[in-house]
Amino acid sequence: MQEINLIEAVRQAMYEEMDRDQSVFILGEDIGVRGGVFLATDGFLEVFGAKRVIDTPISESAIAGVALGAAMRGMRPIAEIEFADFIWPVFNQILGEAARLRYGTEGKLQAPLVLRAPYGGGIRGGLYHSQSPEAYFAHTPGLKVVAPATPFDAKGLLKTAIRDDDPVIFLEHKKTYRLVKGNIPEEEYTVPIGKADVKLQGTDITLITYGLMLHHCVEAARSLKKGNVDVEVIDLRTLRPIDQDTVIGSVMKTGKALIVHEDTLALGIGAEISAILAENVFDSLDAPIRRLAGPEVPAMPFSPTLESQFMITTSDIIEALKELSEY
Amino acid sequence: MYTTMVKSRLLDQRVWQLNRQGRAALVASSQGHEALQVASVYALRKGEDLFYTYYRDLAVMVALGVTPREIILGYMAKSGEPMSGSRQFPTQGAIPDLGLVNLSNVVATQLPQAVGAALACVQQQSDAVVAVYFGDGASSTGDCHEAMNFASVHKLPVLFICENNGYAISVPLEKQMAVKNVSVRAVSYNMPGFTIDGTNVSEVFKVVSAAAKRARKGEGPTLIEGIVERYLPHTGDDDDKRYRSEDELAKAKEKDPVQILKQRLKREDILTDAIDLEIHDLVKASIDDATEYGESAPYPDPEGFYDHVYS
Ligand SMILES: Cc1ncc(C[n+]2csc(CCOP(=O)(O)OP(=O)(O)O)c2C)c(N)n1
Ligand SMILES: [Mg+2]
Repeated sequence: MQEINLIEAVRQAMYEEMDRDQSVFILGEDIGVRGGVFLATDGFLEVFGAKRVIDTPISESAIAGVALGAAMRGMRPIAEIEFADFIWPVFNQILGEAARLRYGTEGKLQAPLVLRAPYGGGIRGGLYHSQSPEAYFAHTPGLKVVAPATPFDAKGLLKTAIRDDDPVIFLEHKKTYRLVKGNIPEEEYTVPIGKADVKLQGTDITLITYGLMLHHCVEAARSLKKGNVDVEVIDLRTLRPIDQDTVIGSVMKTGKALIVHEDTLALGIGAEISAILAENVFDSLDAPIRRLAGPEVPAMPFSPTLESQFMITTSDIIEALKELSEY
Repeated sequence: MYTTMVKSRLLDQRVWQLNRQGRAALVASSQGHEALQVASVYALRKGEDLFYTYYRDLAVMVALGVTPREIILGYMAKSGEPMSGSRQFPTQGAIPDLGLVNLSNVVATQLPQAVGAALACVQQQSDAVVAVYFGDGASSTGDCHEAMNFASVHKLPVLFICENNGYAISVPLEKQMAVKNVSVRAVSYNMPGFTIDGTNVSEVFKVVSAAAKRARKGEGPTLIEGIVERYLPHTGDDDDKRYRSEDELAKAKEKDPVQILKQRLKREDILTDAIDLEIHDLVKASIDDATEYGESAPYPDPEGFYDHVYS
């Protein structure tokens, strides 16, 4: 076992996969000499060379489109978008093209690419360095969307994503990069895409979340357990496809569900989970499904007094859980 | 012009220092870019022409008359900041009365917007021109190509002012483009393109004035690439030692636009040491005042958090 932070887990996953498979290469802004703005590719240029560690111009559309073209020819590109807030130009190539490639060629071509992007706020990133773009991608059939919350999952899921034959959007919460540490085994392992993880077992309320919010949720659940409210915490880990069985099974047992995400409320991941629950476990529900999500403003503001209005805290979650438990 | 450049330089040094002390959140320095920024504003009409800027354009703001107090409020993310009420990073937002828009941190988004603003100027039969500032890095985007092409097809009054400092964060020019200069691309849009010394205020003033004149006559856009140096790391969060040698940086600092202008003004007997000292003292006093003012200002009232999502 070794204890590492989340960015190191990302680094190790890419390093090991590039080492294992010559068809894996990375492209993005500042990933070469600089080693990435978060140092996810620190040292890669020296080891793997400039043909497999490609510093690109500021051309997000080309980063995605070039990755797609290379993937069609059998390479396994890992394309990095420096911050998720700059990801919108890739819609054209990723939602419009990569997601439809297999379908539109009757399975003759495939796009085994990974698009990595640091996302999320609470780091004084302001309007343009705090965004959570997951819902836009998760809406699109043909894509897979992964958002790990721990170093163990980040490493295991990124390896799976690189080996996956379909396009995977891999979202890493910036605030977890150095904040969240965890143990990973020395030996090789992977984590499957499409499987949620039950972080804490419980019988009274199901708390469903992903990303940075997982850590607040676990804290909140622990605090309620002291007051004898037994909360089950589910880390979705994959946002498309959602692990319906785990979510449904848990809420059947508890009868109550709270969904928490940092992204804004309307049409977010929580809306989809709510619909899944309403369609499948309506008869088992003892309370209305509750969502706790980012506020309905276009993006997260910069000044600390405003940013803190945006971010959900552990005590917000505790409060919502208490209300649910008393319902 | 010299006083404006000194003001911008000292202000920039102050906010960088505040950042190092943990008192200012985020800084992207304009040091090294001042001549291009200030002289281009002086060549245009404040209050009439429009200025679409990006995060490295502190000296444009200073030249337009944004005060040290207003600027430092932004760096401290305090209430009363005029660009965005500190909803945004320092210097981001807009002051419409000054024709100043710096909406986004997303590289190159200002370029098509500037073209649209120029289109509106024409539609409204105003003779305003739009100066849009962007880095060498920004020139690699689709937005940049689309903006230039659109502006030239419709002969819109846009001055594309590229602040070429040779780097997009860590990526040097030769990894961004296979040509030596951004300005050569003007040919493919059938607009005039110039590469000029961005540390020389006279050259900047002359070329920008001529381009503005042309634009006002309806003859279309011009691409002006000013060669400048970025003195400091990309932002306060960057470490340029990872990709830039000390030698290179020392050489870069020899092309100091403030010093170059100072020496020239002294040679021409316009500036004396005594006057220069007085300028520095006055500017320093206003920056000290602004720093104190910023420290004592409150943070924005969270009450306003939901304001201005819709009309
Ligand atoms: C679309 C987009 N991609 C990436 C970034 C991250 N980023 C911020 S500044 C920058 C470099 C910009 O270089 P340049 O345009 O030359 O301006 P300079 O900072 O050198 O003045 C990058 C890559 C961004 N802000 N927007
Ligand atoms: Mg540059």
